[in-house]
Amino acid sequence: MTSKQEPGRLLVVDDNKVNRILLARGLEGYGHKVETAENGKQALEKLRSDSFDLVLLDIEMPEMNGYQVLETCLQDSELRHIPIIMTSSLDEIDSVVKCVELGAEDYLNKPVNPVLLRARVNASLEKKRLRDEQRKLFRTFATKEVADELLKTGFSLGGKFVNASVMFADIRSFTSIGEKQDPTDTIELLNNYFALMFEAIIGNNGTVNQLEGDGLMAIFGAPIYHEDHRKHAVRAALEMIELLKGFNVEQAARGKVQIKIGIGIATGKVIAGFTGTQHRATYTCVGDTVNLAARIENHTKEAQQPILIDQYTSEGLPIDIEIEALGPILFKGKQQPIHIFAVKQ
Amino acid sequence: MPVIDKATFEELKQMSGAEFINELIDAFLEDTPNMISQMQTALAAKDVESFRRNAHSLKSNANTFGATELGALAKELELMGRENNLDIGNRLEVLNEAFGKVAEELKGMRV
Repeated sequence: MTSKQEPGRLLVVDDNKVNRILLARGLEGYGHKVETAENGKQALEKLRSDSFDLVLLDIEMPEMNGYQVLETCLQDSELRHIPIIMTSSLDEIDSVVKCVELGAEDYLNKPVNPVLLRARVNASLEKKRLRDEQRKLFRTFATKEVADELLKTGFSLGGKFVNASVMFADIRSFTSIGEKQDPTDTIELLNNYFALMFEAIIGNNGTVNQLEGDGLMAIFGAPIYHEDHRKHAVRAALEMIELLKGFNVEQAARGKVQIKIGIGIATGKVIAGFTGTQHRATYTCVGDTVNLAARIENHTKEAQQPILIDQYTSEGLPIDIEIEALGPILFKGKQQPIHIFAVKQ
Repeated sequence: MPVIDKATFEELKQMSGAEFINELIDAFLEDTPNMISQMQTALAAKDVESFRRNAHSLKSNANTFGATELGALAKELELMGRENNLDIGNRLEVLNEAFGKVAEELKGMRV
């Protein structure tokens, strides 16, 4: 595993020259690029002017000590994502505990054992690489705020009940579209279509959490709660339909197929949390509300309406969004009929 | 007790790479007298914090090279500093002598 480790850019911060040389030469020997700083102030200057993957930080330093550097980094949104390993002598264990509680990634005792140094540095670099990947992935599915919040909490949001609006959207008769045209056209169509839908959803504080074929699922009001999530979901739906009109005009101009979509929204309690493994995780929502949103979306075709919502969603909308009651519908698998509303454009 | 613990020194060499061991020894031989003189200055100025910090760094370096006795002496001074006790008797002279022995030995270990 260690041989596969990609080299990292490391900053060694220590006021003690012997320690600086030792750590720098040792880490360079493992293939990393190493810079050094003699005190906290110098360290922060280097961190702000250059990019690093990992910092090895001494606690005992004159002027600005390791705590202060650690705290400054953790409060700085630009530096917060760089992991910090505290280096300390054995008798500073209390200080080390404090640093780890504050948010240091790990610690190493001095004199540093070479085997431990290599293992801990590589583990930290690997964790950072995974976090960077997740951050990149997440930013394409959600707003920057949501991505930051998730990274801050370390994707550790355990399952919990949240009140949220769930949206399902599908392209009508997509299977037959796919059969009629060139596969390259189909994939291009999907990519262009999703790009537009993502814009509408993320622009209205939603998070896309599932893509399957031509369908997508999005959630509003979670992972970060917002009291206007019902309004946000419906505004996103209206924007999606609006963007689709422009999309179809362009498709027609290029002699390509035009599409129609159906959007279903339901609001209520959902169980939300991260599922998957350490290497691949998805923000998932399950529960009755999710099933209901899928059923409502499915009903758009029969109702011949592009946007359908449930009653609870309809009660959270401002007056400028016009809705029409379609009456109660008994969905398959549901005990009670559900009042459905069409959103007017 | 040997002046330099060979196992620790070998580990150090393994970590820095043999070609850098001279650089490390030189840094140690250069910095330690500075630390001792700063401890003397701190002692005269009753600057407990500076005294403690220099003793701490000296201890750390001594332990890095496997200079067990020197490390123990520095640790004792660091602890006294931590307890605000600068009534150290002749301990600094003893430490200086111990460093002299370590320096002699280390010079012979350069490659």
